[in-house]
Amino acid sequence: MEMFWEYFNAFWVGGLICALAQILVDKTKLTPARILVGFVVLGVILGGLGLYEKLVDFAGAGATVPIMGFGNTLAKGVIKGIEEKGFLGVFTGGATAAAGGITAAIFFGFLAAIFFKPHQK
Amino acid sequence: MDYDKKDYKNFIEKKSPNSKLWRNMLSSFVVGGLICTLGQGVGNIYKNFFGLDEADVRIAVPITMIFLGALFTGLDLYNKLAKYAGAGTLVPITGFSNAVVSPAIEFRREGFILGLAAKMFVIAGPVIVYGINASVIMGLVMYLFGLVK
Repeated sequence: MEMFWEYFNAFWVGGLICALAQILVDKTKLTPARILVGFVVLGVILGGLGLYEKLVDFAGAGATVPIMGFGNTLAKGVIKGIEEKGFLGVFTGGATAAAGGITAAIFFGFLAAIFFKPHQK
Repeated sequence: MDYDKKDYKNFIEKKSPNSKLWRNMLSSFVVGGLICTLGQGVGNIYKNFFGLDEADVRIAVPITMIFLGALFTGLDLYNKLAKYAGAGTLVPITGFSNAVVSPAIEFRREGFILGLAAKMFVIAGPVIVYGINASVIMGLVMYLFGLVK
């Protein structure tokens, strides 16, 4: 039963974040790129304030899978970096924490571009 | 109430975009929610069958979701889903992956350096630039004010 709530909370919180973003898509002239940038920066701010982690505790992947989770990862990485290295951590923490995601996007993106052909629009 | 034709037309124009918005929000909610649920399932598999701790799960899940986003973009399924789901496919990390892979595939014909590799970052670049910069500014503030021990 605990398992059910875990999935249920991931579903509705993640879904709600996407539904709210849909309002921005439909009701503003914001491009997808601007929305992604805005959500990442929002994730950094909420992560820095320690608020986003509370949502992660509640919703699991419902909070980590949306792109705001990437911002939270950056913020938490910088905080951890400062704890471990002091001032240098400001510059190393974020990219260290985000390394897996960025490298995966570059590597799998490259592979996909090699193996797949362009499709008709 | 006695609407003439023009009023009625205005009335319809005012009302119909909203019902469209609700429909779009619902499909975003369902598809985005399902992608997150999939992420939760992937995380549980790593935790229960591969024995990864919480910190490693939080690294492995985005990598896996980015892989899946790249795969389904390559198969041209993600863009088809995106037409229907809008923000439901944009906001999850699979949408970030899609934003990397789509232009990479499309611009490969313009070469491997300034086509594929450069165009990969058309959307991912700004996301990384503003994400990293926001985190550095936040870190500077926290460091200077002694908010992190």
